[in-house]
Amino acid sequence: MRAFGFLLILLGSLTSTMVEAETLITSLSNHRVLINSNYTGTQIAVFGAIERDAQTIARATGYDVVVTVRGPRQFLTVREKQRLGLVWINQDQQKFPSVPAYLSVMTSRPIAEITSDQLRSRQKIGLDAIVNAPDATLVRGGTDKPFREALLRLKAQEGLYLEDERGVTFLTPDIFRAGVPLPAIAPPGNYEVDVTLFADTVILARTHTDFELVKTGFEERVGVIAHDWSLTYGLATAAIALFFGWLANAIFRRD
Amino acid sequence: MQIYLPIAEMPVSVLLILGMGAAVGFISGLFGIGGGFLMTPLLIFLGIPPAVAVATQSAQIVASSTTSVLGALRRNALDHKLGAILVAGGFVGSALGVWFFAAARRAGQLDLVIVVSYVTLFTVVGSLMLKESIREFWHRRKGGAVRPRRKAGEHAPYLGWPLRMRFYRSKLYASVIPIVALSLFIGFAGALLGIGGGFIVVPALLYIFRVPTNVVVGTSQLQIVCTTLVALILHAVTNQAVDMVLAILLIVGGVFGAQFGARMGRHLRAELFRFLLAILLLAVGLRFGLELVLKPEEPFSISVQEVRT
Repeated sequence: MRAFGFLLILLGSLTSTMVEAETLITSLSNHRVLINSNYTGTQIAVFGAIERDAQTIARATGYDVVVTVRGPRQFLTVREKQRLGLVWINQDQQKFPSVPAYLSVMTSRPIAEITSDQLRSRQKIGLDAIVNAPDATLVRGGTDKPFREALLRLKAQEGLYLEDERGVTFLTPDIFRAGVPLPAIAPPGNYEVDVTLFADTVILARTHTDFELVKTGFEERVGVIAHDWSLTYGLATAAIALFFGWLANAIFRRD
Repeated sequence: MQIYLPIAEMPVSVLLILGMGAAVGFISGLFGIGGGFLMTPLLIFLGIPPAVAVATQSAQIVASSTTSVLGALRRNALDHKLGAILVAGGFVGSALGVWFFAAARRAGQLDLVIVVSYVTLFTVVGSLMLKESIREFWHRRKGGAVRPRRKAGEHAPYLGWPLRMRFYRSKLYASVIPIVALSLFIGFAGALLGIGGGFIVVPALLYIFRVPTNVVVGTSQLQIVCTTLVALILHAVTNQAVDMVLAILLIVGGVFGAQFGARMGRHLRAELFRFLLAILLLAVGLRFGLELVLKPEEPFSISVQEVRT
Protein backbone atom coordinates (compact mmCIF):
# COMPACT_ATOMS: atom_id res chain seq x y z
CA MET A 1 0.00 0.00 0.00
CA ARG A 2 2.81 2.36 0.97
CA ALA A 3 4.74 1.43 -2.13
CA PHE A 4 1.72 2.18 -4.22
CA GLY A 5 1.38 5.62 -2.62
CA PHE A 6 5.04 6.31 -3.25
CA LEU A 7 4.57 5.35 -6.87
CA LEU A 8 1.69 7.78 -7.13
CA ILE A 9 3.81 10.61 -5.72
CA LEU A 10 6.60 9.75 -8.14
CA LEU A 11 4.15 9.76 -11.01
CA GLY A 12 2.76 13.08 -9.80
CA SER A 13 6.17 14.73 -9.66
CA LEU A 14 6.96 13.36 -13.07
CA THR A 15 3.90 14.92 -14.62
CA SER A 16 4.56 18.18 -12.80
CA THR A 17 8.05 18.46 -14.26
CA MET A 18 6.47 17.77 -17.61
CA VAL A 19 3.85 20.50 -17.28
CA GLU A 20 6.47 23.03 -16.23
CA ALA A 21 7.41 23.07 -19.88
CA GLU A 22 4.95 25.96 -20.22
CA THR A 23 6.18 29.35 -19.09
CA LEU A 24 3.87 32.22 -18.33
CA ILE A 25 4.89 35.79 -19.02
CA THR A 26 2.66 38.57 -17.73
CA SER A 27 2.74 42.33 -17.74
CA LEU A 28 0.58 45.12 -16.36
CA SER A 29 -0.50 48.22 -18.24
CA ASN A 30 0.58 50.29 -15.26
CA HIS A 31 2.64 49.63 -12.13
CA ARG A 32 1.89 52.96 -10.50
CA VAL A 33 -1.64 54.31 -10.70
CA LEU A 34 -1.86 57.96 -9.72
CA ILE A 35 -4.80 59.52 -7.89
CA ASN A 36 -5.40 63.18 -8.61
CA SER A 37 -8.32 65.44 -7.77
CA ASN A 38 -10.56 64.15 -10.57
CA TYR A 39 -9.84 60.44 -10.02
CA THR A 40 -13.02 58.37 -10.33
CA GLY A 41 -11.60 54.88 -10.55
CA THR A 42 -9.61 53.24 -13.30
CA GLN A 43 -8.93 50.01 -15.12
CA ILE A 44 -5.71 48.01 -15.12
CA ALA A 45 -4.97 45.76 -18.06
CA VAL A 46 -3.09 42.50 -17.48
CA PHE A 47 -1.41 41.00 -20.54
CA GLY A 48 -0.02 37.50 -20.68
CA ALA A 49 1.69 35.15 -23.08
CA ILE A 50 2.12 31.38 -22.78
CA GLU A 51 5.44 30.09 -24.07
CA ARG A 52 5.97 26.44 -24.86
CA ASP A 53 9.23 24.69 -25.67
CA ALA A 54 9.56 22.11 -28.38
CA GLN A 55 8.96 19.07 -26.15
CA THR A 56 5.67 20.30 -24.72
CA ILE A 57 2.79 18.08 -25.60
CA ALA A 58 -0.15 19.71 -27.31
CA ARG A 59 -3.09 20.31 -24.94
CA ALA A 60 -6.36 18.92 -26.10
CA THR A 61 -8.48 21.20 -23.93
CA GLY A 62 -6.75 24.54 -24.39
CA TYR A 63 -5.64 26.90 -21.63
CA ASP A 64 -7.54 28.60 -18.86
CA VAL A 65 -6.36 31.67 -16.99
CA VAL A 66 -7.35 33.06 -13.58
CA VAL A 67 -6.22 36.58 -12.63
CA THR A 68 -6.56 37.43 -8.93
CA VAL A 69 -6.01 40.99 -7.71
CA ARG A 70 -5.76 41.64 -3.95
CA GLY A 71 -5.80 45.16 -2.52
CA PRO A 72 -4.26 46.38 0.76
CA ARG A 73 -5.04 44.21 3.77
CA GLN A 74 -7.61 45.33 6.37
CA PHE A 75 -8.61 44.11 9.80
CA LEU A 76 -12.40 43.92 9.57
CA THR A 77 -15.14 43.15 12.04
CA VAL A 78 -18.48 41.93 10.70
CA ARG A 79 -21.33 42.36 13.17
CA GLU A 80 -24.84 41.01 13.14
CA LYS A 81 -27.82 42.89 14.56
CA GLN A 82 -30.13 40.69 16.57
CA ARG A 83 -33.34 41.32 18.41
CA LEU A 84 -33.00 41.92 22.14
CA GLY A 85 -36.37 42.61 23.68
CA LEU A 86 -37.75 45.57 21.73
CA VAL A 87 -34.60 46.71 19.98
CA TRP A 88 -32.18 45.47 17.35
CA ILE A 89 -28.58 45.73 18.46
CA ASN A 90 -25.22 44.38 17.34
CA GLN A 91 -24.59 41.11 19.10
CA ASP A 92 -22.63 38.38 17.34
CA GLN A 93 -19.50 39.30 15.49
CA GLN A 94 -16.66 37.72 13.59
CA LYS A 95 -13.24 39.25 13.05
CA PHE A 96 -11.33 38.96 9.78
CA PRO A 97 -7.74 39.83 10.74
CA SER A 98 -6.27 40.20 7.26
CA VAL A 99 -8.61 40.37 4.30
CA PRO A 100 -8.02 42.43 1.16
CA ALA A 101 -9.88 45.74 0.92
CA TYR A 102 -10.28 44.98 -2.77
CA LEU A 103 -10.48 41.55 -4.39
CA SER A 104 -11.24 40.66 -7.96
CA VAL A 105 -11.03 37.38 -9.78
CA MET A 106 -11.03 37.45 -13.58
CA THR A 107 -11.33 34.12 -15.37
CA SER A 108 -11.53 32.89 -18.95
CA ARG A 109 -14.40 30.47 -18.17
CA PRO A 110 -16.77 29.88 -15.23
CA ILE A 111 -14.39 29.02 -12.43
CA ALA A 112 -16.20 25.77 -11.56
CA GLU A 113 -15.37 24.47 -15.05
CA ILE A 114 -11.68 25.36 -14.81
CA THR A 115 -10.70 23.21 -11.87
CA SER A 116 -12.00 21.13 -8.98
CA ASP A 117 -13.43 22.42 -5.71
CA GLN A 118 -10.59 20.85 -3.72
CA LEU A 119 -7.85 22.48 -5.75
CA ARG A 120 -9.64 25.81 -5.64
CA SER A 121 -9.95 25.83 -1.87
CA ARG A 122 -6.39 24.53 -1.38
CA GLN A 123 -4.85 27.07 -3.74
CA LYS A 124 -7.31 29.88 -2.87
CA ILE A 125 -8.51 30.29 -6.45
CA GLY A 126 -11.78 32.20 -6.82
CA LEU A 127 -13.76 34.57 -4.62
CA ASP A 128 -15.55 31.84 -2.64
CA ALA A 129 -12.34 29.95 -1.93
CA ILE A 130 -10.57 33.08 -0.65
CA VAL A 131 -13.44 34.30 1.54
CA ASN A 132 -14.13 30.80 2.87
CA ALA A 133 -10.49 30.01 3.62
CA PRO A 134 -10.25 28.56 7.16
CA ASP A 135 -7.60 31.11 8.22
CA ALA A 136 -9.68 34.13 7.13
CA THR A 137 -11.54 34.44 10.44
CA LEU A 138 -10.08 34.98 13.88
CA VAL A 139 -12.53 33.12 16.11
CA ARG A 140 -12.78 29.46 15.15
CA GLY A 141 -15.83 27.38 15.82
CA GLY A 142 -19.35 28.67 16.17
CA THR A 143 -21.32 29.97 13.24
CA ASP A 144 -19.01 31.86 10.96
CA LYS A 145 -20.51 31.00 7.58
CA PRO A 146 -23.15 33.79 7.70
CA PHE A 147 -20.38 36.28 8.49
CA ARG A 148 -18.29 35.19 5.51
CA GLU A 149 -21.37 35.42 3.29
CA ALA A 150 -22.15 38.88 4.66
CA LEU A 151 -18.57 40.03 4.02
CA LEU A 152 -18.78 38.86 0.43
CA ARG A 153 -22.24 40.35 -0.10
CA LEU A 154 -21.48 43.76 1.43
CA LYS A 155 -18.13 44.08 -0.35
CA ALA A 156 -19.72 43.02 -3.66
CA GLN A 157 -22.42 45.69 -3.23
CA GLU A 158 -19.69 48.32 -3.08
CA GLY A 159 -17.99 46.88 -6.15
CA LEU A 160 -14.92 45.98 -4.09
CA TYR A 161 -15.23 42.19 -4.42
CA LEU A 162 -16.01 40.82 -7.84
CA GLU A 163 -15.65 37.74 -9.98
CA ASP A 164 -15.98 37.91 -13.76
CA GLU A 165 -16.06 34.68 -15.74
CA ARG A 166 -15.47 36.61 -18.94
CA GLY A 167 -12.77 38.82 -17.46
CA VAL A 168 -9.93 37.12 -19.34
CA THR A 169 -10.03 37.02 -23.12
CA PHE A 170 -7.65 35.09 -25.34
CA LEU A 171 -6.43 37.22 -28.23
CA THR A 172 -4.66 34.23 -29.78
CA PRO A 173 -4.51 30.70 -28.30
CA ASP A 174 -1.32 31.76 -26.45
CA ILE A 175 -1.89 35.42 -25.67
CA PHE A 176 -4.53 36.76 -23.30
CA ARG A 177 -5.69 39.99 -21.77
CA ALA A 178 -7.70 40.85 -18.64
CA GLY A 179 -9.25 44.17 -17.64
CA VAL A 180 -9.33 44.73 -13.88
CA PRO A 181 -11.78 47.48 -12.87
CA LEU A 182 -10.73 49.53 -9.84
CA PRO A 183 -13.67 51.45 -8.34
CA ALA A 184 -13.00 54.93 -6.95
CA ILE A 185 -13.45 53.77 -3.36
CA ALA A 186 -10.72 51.13 -3.65
CA PRO A 187 -8.17 52.48 -1.13
CA PRO A 188 -4.62 53.57 -2.02
CA GLY A 189 -1.92 51.01 -1.34
CA ASN A 190 -0.24 47.98 -2.82
CA TYR A 191 -2.23 45.66 -5.10
CA GLU A 192 -0.97 42.12 -5.74
CA VAL A 193 -1.71 40.48 -9.08
CA ASP A 194 -1.53 36.68 -9.31
CA VAL A 195 -1.98 35.02 -12.68
CA THR A 196 -2.54 31.25 -12.73
CA LEU A 197 -2.44 29.17 -15.88
CA PHE A 198 -4.54 25.99 -16.04
CA ALA A 199 -5.01 23.25 -18.55
CA ASP A 200 -7.31 20.32 -17.97
CA THR A 201 -7.95 21.31 -14.28
CA VAL A 202 -4.22 21.31 -13.44
CA ILE A 203 -2.09 24.33 -12.54
CA LEU A 204 0.68 24.73 -15.12
CA ALA A 205 2.32 27.99 -14.12
CA ARG A 206 1.86 31.06 -11.92
CA THR A 207 3.19 34.57 -11.91
CA HIS A 208 3.09 37.18 -9.20
CA THR A 209 3.41 40.91 -9.73
CA ASP A 210 1.99 44.05 -8.18
CA PHE A 211 1.02 47.63 -8.76
CA GLU A 212 0.64 50.61 -6.49
CA LEU A 213 -2.30 52.98 -6.18
CA VAL A 214 -0.94 56.29 -4.87
CA LYS A 215 -2.17 59.80 -4.23
CA THR A 216 -0.18 62.47 -6.03
CA GLY A 217 0.30 66.22 -5.98
CA PHE A 218 -2.15 68.09 -3.78
CA GLU A 219 -3.92 64.94 -2.57
CA GLU A 220 -0.64 63.38 -1.46
CA ARG A 221 0.58 66.54 0.28
CA VAL A 222 -2.69 66.92 2.19
CA GLY A 223 -2.44 63.30 3.35
CA VAL A 224 1.18 63.70 4.46
CA ILE A 225 0.54 66.98 6.28
CA ALA A 226 -2.58 65.62 8.01
CA HIS A 227 -0.52 62.70 9.24
CA ASP A 228 2.87 64.23 10.05
CA TRP A 229 1.92 67.75 11.14
CA SER A 230 -1.49 66.97 12.56
CA LEU A 231 -1.60 69.91 15.00
CA THR A 232 -0.67 72.43 12.29
CA TYR A 233 -3.19 70.80 9.98
CA GLY A 234 -5.93 71.00 12.61
CA LEU A 235 -5.13 74.64 13.37
CA ALA A 236 -5.08 75.45 9.65
CA THR A 237 -8.49 73.82 9.13
CA ALA A 238 -9.85 75.74 12.13
CA ALA A 239 -8.41 78.98 10.71
CA ILE A 240 -10.04 78.30 7.33
CA ALA A 241 -13.38 77.63 9.04
CA LEU A 242 -13.15 80.86 11.09
CA PHE A 243 -12.10 82.84 8.01
CA PHE A 244 -15.03 81.61 5.93
CA GLY A 245 -17.40 82.30 8.79
CA TRP A 246 -16.09 85.86 9.02
CA LEU A 247 -16.14 86.27 5.23
CA ALA A 248 -19.78 85.24 4.88
CA ASN A 249 -20.66 87.62 7.67
CA ALA A 250 -18.75 90.46 5.97
CA ILE A 251 -20.44 89.78 2.63
CA PHE A 252 -23.92 89.80 4.16
CA ARG A 253 -23.27 92.82 6.39
CA ARG A 254 -25.39 95.24 4.36
CA ASP A 255 -28.63 94.73 6.21
CA MET B 1 -18.56 67.22 -11.15
CA GLN B 2 -16.59 64.88 -8.96
CA ILE B 3 -13.68 65.68 -6.69
CA TYR B 4 -11.38 63.24 -4.88
CA LEU B 5 -11.23 63.62 -1.09
CA PRO B 6 -7.64 63.05 0.07
CA ILE B 7 -8.40 61.82 3.61
CA ALA B 8 -11.72 60.05 3.05
CA GLU B 9 -9.99 58.51 -0.02
CA MET B 10 -13.02 58.57 -2.29
CA PRO B 11 -14.59 60.93 -4.84
CA VAL B 12 -17.78 62.88 -4.14
CA SER B 13 -20.04 65.14 -6.18
CA VAL B 14 -19.11 68.79 -5.53
CA LEU B 15 -22.65 70.11 -6.05
CA LEU B 16 -24.18 67.52 -3.74
CA ILE B 17 -21.80 68.40 -0.89
CA LEU B 18 -22.32 72.15 -1.42
CA GLY B 19 -26.08 71.61 -1.34
CA MET B 20 -25.92 69.51 1.81
CA GLY B 21 -23.74 72.15 3.47
CA ALA B 22 -26.22 74.87 2.53
CA ALA B 23 -29.26 72.92 3.76
CA VAL B 24 -27.74 72.01 7.11
CA GLY B 25 -26.25 75.51 7.45
CA PHE B 26 -29.71 77.00 6.92
CA ILE B 27 -31.21 74.91 9.74
CA SER B 28 -28.20 75.68 11.91
CA GLY B 29 -28.55 79.44 11.42
CA LEU B 30 -32.31 79.33 11.87
CA PHE B 31 -32.34 77.50 15.21
CA GLY B 32 -28.95 78.34 16.67
CA ILE B 33 -27.88 74.73 16.73
CA GLY B 34 -24.74 73.23 15.19
CA GLY B 35 -26.46 70.76 12.91
CA GLY B 36 -23.90 68.01 13.45
CA PHE B 37 -26.64 65.51 14.26
CA LEU B 38 -28.03 66.10 10.74
CA MET B 39 -24.74 66.31 8.83
CA THR B 40 -22.98 63.26 10.27
CA PRO B 41 -25.64 60.70 9.21
CA LEU B 42 -25.86 62.33 5.75
CA LEU B 43 -22.10 62.04 5.19
CA ILE B 44 -22.03 58.44 6.42
CA PHE B 45 -24.92 57.69 4.05
CA LEU B 46 -22.74 58.94 1.16
CA GLY B 47 -20.16 56.32 2.10
CA ILE B 48 -17.69 58.58 3.90
CA PRO B 49 -15.98 56.69 6.75
CA PRO B 50 -17.73 57.54 10.08
CA ALA B 51 -14.54 58.85 11.74
CA VAL B 52 -13.92 61.25 8.82
CA ALA B 53 -17.58 62.32 8.77
CA VAL B 54 -17.69 63.16 12.50
CA ALA B 55 -14.32 64.95 12.47
CA THR B 56 -14.84 66.94 9.26
CA GLN B 57 -18.35 68.22 9.89
CA SER B 58 -17.03 69.92 13.04
CA ALA B 59 -15.11 72.31 10.72
CA GLN B 60 -18.38 73.23 9.04
CA ILE B 61 -20.04 73.81 12.41
CA VAL B 62 -17.19 76.15 13.41
CA ALA B 63 -17.65 78.16 10.22
CA SER B 64 -21.43 78.47 10.23
CA SER B 65 -21.53 79.19 13.97
CA THR B 66 -18.84 81.88 13.58
CA THR B 67 -21.07 83.64 11.06
CA SER B 68 -23.99 83.48 13.45
CA VAL B 69 -21.94 84.69 16.43
CA LEU B 70 -20.57 87.67 14.47
CA GLY B 71 -24.09 88.52 13.33
CA ALA B 72 -25.41 88.25 16.89
CA LEU B 73 -22.53 90.41 18.18
CA ARG B 74 -23.44 93.15 15.74
CA ARG B 75 -27.08 93.07 16.79
CA ASN B 76 -26.05 92.87 20.46
CA ALA B 77 -27.99 89.60 20.69
CA LEU B 78 -25.36 87.75 22.69
CA ASP B 79 -24.86 87.39 26.42
CA HIS B 80 -21.07 87.29 26.98
CA LYS B 81 -21.26 86.45 30.65
CA LEU B 82 -23.72 83.60 30.20
CA GLY B 83 -21.74 82.38 27.18
CA ALA B 84 -18.46 82.37 29.12
CA ILE B 85 -19.96 80.25 31.92
CA LEU B 86 -21.41 77.79 29.40
CA VAL B 87 -18.05 77.50 27.61
CA ALA B 88 -16.00 76.99 30.77
CA GLY B 89 -18.38 74.39 32.19
CA GLY B 90 -18.59 72.78 28.77
CA PHE B 91 -14.86 72.07 28.70
CA VAL B 92 -14.96 70.32 32.09
CA GLY B 93 -18.01 68.33 30.97
CA SER B 94 -16.24 67.33 27.74
CA ALA B 95 -13.31 65.89 29.68
CA LEU B 96 -15.75 63.77 31.74
CA GLY B 97 -17.55 62.73 28.53
CA VAL B 98 -14.32 61.59 26.85
CA TRP B 99 -13.51 59.49 29.91
CA PHE B 100 -16.99 57.90 29.90
CA PHE B 101 -16.70 57.30 26.14
CA ALA B 102 -13.55 55.23 26.67
CA ALA B 103 -15.18 53.32 29.54
CA ALA B 104 -18.27 52.45 27.45
CA ARG B 105 -16.04 51.34 24.58
CA ARG B 106 -14.11 49.04 26.90
CA ALA B 107 -17.42 47.56 28.02
CA GLY B 108 -18.27 46.94 24.31
CA GLN B 109 -21.58 48.76 24.46
CA LEU B 110 -20.66 52.11 22.94
CA ASP B 111 -23.03 51.81 19.94
CA LEU B 112 -25.97 51.05 22.18
CA VAL B 113 -25.14 53.88 24.63
CA ILE B 114 -24.96 56.34 21.73
CA VAL B 115 -28.19 55.33 19.99
CA VAL B 116 -30.19 55.11 23.21
CA SER B 117 -28.90 58.52 24.36
CA TYR B 118 -29.78 60.04 20.99
CA VAL B 119 -33.30 58.64 21.07
CA THR B 120 -33.92 59.61 24.68
CA LEU B 121 -32.49 63.13 24.40
CA PHE B 122 -34.23 64.00 21.14
CA THR B 123 -37.61 62.54 21.93
CA VAL B 124 -37.71 63.90 25.49
CA VAL B 125 -36.53 67.41 24.58
CA GLY B 126 -38.65 67.40 21.39
CA SER B 127 -41.88 66.27 23.03
CA LEU B 128 -41.50 68.67 25.98
CA MET B 129 -41.09 71.54 23.52
CA LEU B 130 -43.96 70.35 21.36
CA LYS B 131 -46.27 70.09 24.36
CA GLU B 132 -45.35 73.62 25.40
CA SER B 133 -45.92 74.97 21.86
CA ILE B 134 -49.29 73.30 21.49
CA ARG B 135 -50.40 74.71 24.81
CA GLU B 136 -49.35 78.18 23.67
CA PHE B 137 -51.22 77.83 20.37
CA TRP B 138 -54.26 76.65 22.30
CA HIS B 139 -54.20 79.65 24.61
CA ARG B 140 -53.96 81.98 21.68
CA ARG B 141 -56.84 80.31 19.84
CA LYS B 142 -59.12 80.45 22.84
CA GLY B 143 -58.68 84.17 22.66
CA GLY B 144 -57.27 84.38 26.14
CA ALA B 145 -54.33 86.63 26.63
CA VAL B 146 -51.11 84.79 26.09
CA ARG B 147 -49.32 84.33 29.36
CA PRO B 148 -46.63 86.91 29.69
CA ARG B 149 -43.22 85.27 29.32
CA ARG B 150 -42.33 86.24 32.85
CA LYS B 151 -44.06 88.22 35.51
CA ALA B 152 -42.03 90.45 37.78
CA GLY B 153 -40.94 88.54 40.86
CA GLU B 154 -42.09 85.20 39.46
CA HIS B 155 -39.40 82.60 38.94
CA ALA B 156 -38.66 78.96 39.42
CA PRO B 157 -37.16 78.07 42.82
CA TYR B 158 -33.85 76.78 41.42
CA LEU B 159 -33.08 80.22 40.06
CA GLY B 160 -33.10 81.50 43.62
CA TRP B 161 -30.34 79.23 44.86
CA PRO B 162 -27.21 80.85 46.30
CA LEU B 163 -24.46 82.47 44.19
CA ARG B 164 -26.88 84.57 42.21
CA MET B 165 -25.56 86.54 39.29
CA ARG B 166 -27.12 89.15 37.11
CA PHE B 167 -27.15 88.55 33.32
CA TYR B 168 -28.34 91.86 31.92
CA ARG B 169 -28.58 90.87 28.28
CA SER B 170 -30.60 87.74 29.09
CA LYS B 171 -32.84 89.60 31.54
CA LEU B 172 -31.84 86.96 34.05
CA TYR B 173 -30.94 87.20 37.72
CA ALA B 174 -30.27 83.65 38.80
CA SER B 175 -28.04 81.30 40.72
CA VAL B 176 -25.05 80.08 38.68
CA ILE B 177 -25.42 76.54 40.07
CA PRO B 178 -28.11 75.34 37.59
CA ILE B 179 -26.27 77.15 34.76
CA VAL B 180 -22.97 75.43 35.53
CA ALA B 181 -24.81 72.10 35.84
CA LEU B 182 -26.34 72.65 32.39
CA SER B 183 -22.95 73.50 30.88
CA LEU B 184 -21.35 70.39 32.42
CA PHE B 185 -24.14 68.22 31.03
CA ILE B 186 -23.81 69.73 27.55
CA GLY B 187 -20.07 69.19 27.46
CA PHE B 188 -20.53 65.63 28.68
CA ALA B 189 -23.24 64.75 26.15
CA GLY B 190 -21.35 66.53 23.39
CA ALA B 191 -18.16 64.55 23.88
CA LEU B 192 -20.07 61.30 24.25
CA LEU B 193 -22.33 61.73 21.23
CA GLY B 194 -20.01 63.79 19.03
CA ILE B 195 -22.39 66.74 18.92
CA GLY B 196 -22.06 70.41 19.84
CA GLY B 197 -25.04 70.25 22.16
CA GLY B 198 -26.85 73.26 20.68
CA PHE B 199 -30.13 71.41 20.67
CA ILE B 200 -29.85 71.03 24.46
CA VAL B 201 -28.63 74.58 25.12
CA VAL B 202 -31.39 76.24 23.11
CA PRO B 203 -34.41 74.60 24.79
CA ALA B 204 -32.72 74.77 28.22
CA LEU B 205 -32.10 78.50 27.97
CA LEU B 206 -35.60 79.05 26.57
CA TYR B 207 -37.58 77.03 29.06
CA ILE B 208 -35.50 76.65 32.20
CA PHE B 209 -33.94 80.10 32.28
CA ARG B 210 -36.55 82.00 30.24
CA VAL B 211 -33.91 83.81 28.18
CA PRO B 212 -35.31 85.82 25.21
CA THR B 213 -35.24 83.85 21.94
CA ASN B 214 -32.90 86.13 20.01
CA VAL B 215 -30.30 86.12 22.80
CA VAL B 216 -30.57 82.32 23.09
CA VAL B 217 -29.47 81.76 19.49
CA GLY B 218 -26.40 84.01 19.69
CA THR B 219 -25.27 82.70 23.07
CA SER B 220 -25.74 79.08 22.11
CA GLN B 221 -23.72 79.65 18.92
CA LEU B 222 -20.87 81.17 20.97
CA GLN B 223 -20.76 78.05 23.11
CA ILE B 224 -20.85 75.85 19.98
CA VAL B 225 -17.95 77.69 18.28
CA CYS B 226 -15.70 77.25 21.31
CA THR B 227 -16.45 73.56 21.99
CA THR B 228 -16.35 72.58 18.31
CA LEU B 229 -13.03 74.39 17.71
CA VAL B 230 -11.46 72.27 20.45
CA ALA B 231 -13.14 69.13 19.08
CA LEU B 232 -11.89 69.87 15.55
CA ILE B 233 -8.27 70.23 16.66
CA LEU B 234 -8.49 67.14 18.89
CA HIS B 235 -9.92 65.12 15.97
CA ALA B 236 -7.12 66.33 13.68
CA VAL B 237 -4.41 65.44 16.21
CA THR B 238 -5.71 62.13 17.58
CA ASN B 239 -7.46 60.55 14.58
CA GLN B 240 -6.02 62.46 11.59
CA ALA B 241 -9.54 62.16 10.23
CA VAL B 242 -10.24 65.77 9.17
CA ASP B 243 -10.61 66.00 5.39
CA MET B 244 -9.73 69.54 4.38
CA VAL B 245 -11.26 69.34 0.89
CA LEU B 246 -14.56 68.03 2.23
CA ALA B 247 -14.43 70.61 5.04
CA ILE B 248 -14.01 73.52 2.61
CA LEU B 249 -16.92 72.32 0.43
CA LEU B 250 -19.19 71.93 3.45
CA ILE B 251 -18.07 75.30 4.84
CA VAL B 252 -18.75 77.20 1.62
CA GLY B 253 -22.25 75.73 1.42
CA GLY B 254 -22.79 76.03 5.15
CA VAL B 255 -21.88 79.66 5.78
CA PHE B 256 -24.23 80.93 3.10
CA GLY B 257 -27.01 78.63 4.25
CA ALA B 258 -26.47 79.83 7.82
CA GLN B 259 -26.78 83.47 6.74
CA PHE B 260 -30.15 82.88 5.12
CA GLY B 261 -31.25 80.74 8.05
CA ALA B 262 -30.32 83.42 10.58
CA ARG B 263 -32.11 86.07 8.52
CA MET B 264 -35.28 84.00 8.34
CA GLY B 265 -35.02 83.16 12.04
CA ARG B 266 -35.23 86.87 12.91
CA HIS B 267 -38.57 87.17 11.14
CA LEU B 268 -40.01 84.05 12.71
CA ARG B 269 -42.48 84.38 15.59
CA ALA B 270 -41.07 82.97 18.83
CA GLU B 271 -43.87 80.38 19.21
CA LEU B 272 -43.46 79.18 15.65
CA PHE B 273 -39.69 78.99 16.18
CA ARG B 274 -40.10 76.73 19.19
CA PHE B 275 -42.75 74.64 17.43
CA LEU B 276 -40.52 74.03 14.40
CA LEU B 277 -37.48 73.18 16.53
CA ALA B 278 -39.62 70.73 18.51
CA ILE B 279 -40.78 69.03 15.30
CA LEU B 280 -37.20 68.81 14.01
CA LEU B 281 -35.90 67.23 17.22
CA LEU B 282 -38.81 64.80 17.43
CA ALA B 283 -38.33 63.77 13.80
CA VAL B 284 -34.64 63.03 14.33
CA GLY B 285 -35.38 61.20 17.58
CA LEU B 286 -38.07 59.08 15.92
CA ARG B 287 -35.76 58.27 13.03
CA PHE B 288 -33.11 56.92 15.39
CA GLY B 289 -35.80 55.18 17.42
CA LEU B 290 -37.24 53.41 14.36
CA GLU B 291 -33.75 52.30 13.36
CA LEU B 292 -33.47 50.68 16.78
CA VAL B 293 -36.90 49.02 16.76
CA LEU B 294 -37.52 47.97 13.13
CA LYS B 295 -36.04 44.79 11.73
CA PRO B 296 -33.02 45.89 9.70
CA GLU B 297 -32.99 45.03 6.00
CA GLU B 298 -29.32 44.07 6.23
CA PRO B 299 -28.54 42.83 9.73
CA PHE B 300 -24.82 42.61 8.99
CA SER B 301 -22.36 45.47 8.93
CA ILE B 302 -18.62 45.75 8.34
CA SER B 303 -16.34 48.02 10.31
CA VAL B 304 -12.69 48.57 9.51
CA GLN B 305 -10.58 48.12 12.65
CA GLU B 306 -7.28 48.93 11.05
CA VAL B 307 -5.61 49.11 7.65
CA ARG B 308 -2.50 47.03 7.20
CA THR B 309 -0.01 48.40 4.77
